[in-house]
Amino acid sequence: MGEYVLRRLYQALWVLIAVTVVTFFISNLLPGDPALSRAGQFATKEQVAKTRKLLGLDQPLHIQYFKYMQRLLSGDLGLSITSRQPVLKELRDFFPATLELTIAAFCFTLSIGVPLGILAGSTKSRWLKSTIITGSLIGVGIPVFWAGLVFQLVFAGRLDLLPLAGRLTLTVPPPPSVTNMYLIDSVLAGQWDTFKDALHHLILPAFTLSLGQIGAMARTTNSAVSSVIHRDYVRTAHAKGLASRKVLWAHVLRNALLPVVTVLGLYVAFMLNGALLIEIIFSWGGLGTYAWIGIFRNDITVIMGVTLTASLTFMFVNLVIDLTYPFLDPRIQYG
Amino acid sequence: MSRQTEAPDSLTIQSLDENAGLWRRFKQSRFAFAVRHNPLSLLGLFILALLIAMVVAPEWFTQHNPTMLNLRTKFISPGADHPFGTDHMGIDIFSRVVYAARTTIWVVCVVLSIATGLGFLVGSTAAYVGGRVDSVLMRLTDVWMAFPSLVLAIALNAALGRGLFQTVIAVGFSWWPSYARLVRAQVLSVKNEEYVLAARALGASHFRIIARHVIRNGFDPIIVNITIDVGFVALATAGLSFLGLGIEPPTPEWGRMVAEGRDYLLDQWWASTFPGLALFMFVVGFNLLGEIVRDWLDPSNVGRR
Repeated sequence: MGEYVLRRLYQALWVLIAVTVVTFFISNLLPGDPALSRAGQFATKEQVAKTRKLLGLDQPLHIQYFKYMQRLLSGDLGLSITSRQPVLKELRDFFPATLELTIAAFCFTLSIGVPLGILAGSTKSRWLKSTIITGSLIGVGIPVFWAGLVFQLVFAGRLDLLPLAGRLTLTVPPPPSVTNMYLIDSVLAGQWDTFKDALHHLILPAFTLSLGQIGAMARTTNSAVSSVIHRDYVRTAHAKGLASRKVLWAHVLRNALLPVVTVLGLYVAFMLNGALLIEIIFSWGGLGTYAWIGIFRNDITVIMGVTLTASLTFMFVNLVIDLTYPFLDPRIQYG
Repeated sequence: MSRQTEAPDSLTIQSLDENAGLWRRFKQSRFAFAVRHNPLSLLGLFILALLIAMVVAPEWFTQHNPTMLNLRTKFISPGADHPFGTDHMGIDIFSRVVYAARTTIWVVCVVLSIATGLGFLVGSTAAYVGGRVDSVLMRLTDVWMAFPSLVLAIALNAALGRGLFQTVIAVGFSWWPSYARLVRAQVLSVKNEEYVLAARALGASHFRIIARHVIRNGFDPIIVNITIDVGFVALATAGLSFLGLGIEPPTPEWGRMVAEGRDYLLDQWWASTFPGLALFMFVVGFNLLGEIVRDWLDPSNVGRR
């Protein structure tokens, strides 16, 4: 067990190094000479050489990489080329919004996808099962950015049930910033109206983001439950007269849901992908919006900041899931 | 005399019989099983047929030019002349949706060629050579998977400059790890089969063994995966062009069209809705086809009802 944790941490360290190597090289792939552009149009050869030395660009690549890592570890992700603000500071404003959105979408996924999958896997009605499985195909195949627009059109435009976009109504001031997740901040400040408004704004984008995962989750859970439900121990449990509900909870789900946990990490990657698109549609000031700004201003430090944050989040979530797995499934031996 | 009358009779009976046999054989074929097993998959076949027609002969579907702008016909709502309406440049949306199928297929083919090519190379090398090479290559694959694909594509676009070519390359390069894993698993599963050992004993080269024996026998799940991925690759590249990375405006492309219609969403709903719907059908269609292919290739389905 302890050895497993160490091995997994060691592996995560390698991923960390690899991720930074990749971002480092991508930043260095940039066409054009940074020293030349920094020194200015009319710089002499000597001035350019001096700037190059000043920026450390005359040193071999591996030394440059170590310098880069040093800066990263001290929290320096560089200055945004366009806004002249430290990227880390801007990320601190944008990232919690994405986190809030993703967590909400995760709640939708778990509370809709898993029950649907259990229902499909355990029902005796073929009709119900195939309806759920076919329906889940809609979730899996729907382009999120398009679904977002259709929902906006229907729920905000035509029915006027939910707000069109944004994180808060314009007239509502954001709660005092602690975590930058409005739901949490408004609760901390005791501003219930703000909380309600923020929740209202969260529903549509979070549901859109969860659509694909709801479908995938329903399918995964269905096949997991179906593979367990005809096992001998389930039949035995029925035969000894246990109530169906008890059999489902204690015997079927306990065993079926383990493989479902392993795919959760993968879903985080899909969600991060989806969030990038959905935030733009719903004017959600998160990582995706920030990336978009970076793309359109050709701001490479911003884009690399987003890339790092997204990949590190993904790595971290997977690490946590892998570390909790042995607690959920004591049978598994890691050697 | 009696023989003369008999002969044609027996012939007809025989040919009838043959037809019945053919029909029965079709009914018992894996293909028929696949369709019966999942009747909805017929929809997948239908979408595929429609798509092929759209790619081969888009002019059968529409007389309108998908790129000629005409500001006098701006934002006409869907009707007889323009089934999907017209967009902000006065172009018939139906014709753009039809012609965009070509773009999508082209993009998907390139992306999947890169992804499967790299995947085969890495996966089969890892499995066939084994040992240290295997663990290094698979670690590399794991790391590559740590990047959310869209983020990686955005980063590569930022580094290599914006454009369709860069987008296609970026998606292709972010897509290979799943194929590397799949190919590796397949190669490992047949590597020690007797016919592979026999081929080796007969002195066949490594390349020949991999190409002729290993890949052929471990190919089915990969084919299924490719079929389903056609839809998902289209989805990913459309997402990127929705962000403005990829196809340049005059060329019709579904993701780009959804983005363009977004500005007029509440008043001219059709501009985004139909291209998105087309993409949606495309993805669902290839998902269903994947299921057909899976049932079809599965040898345990012979003669099942």
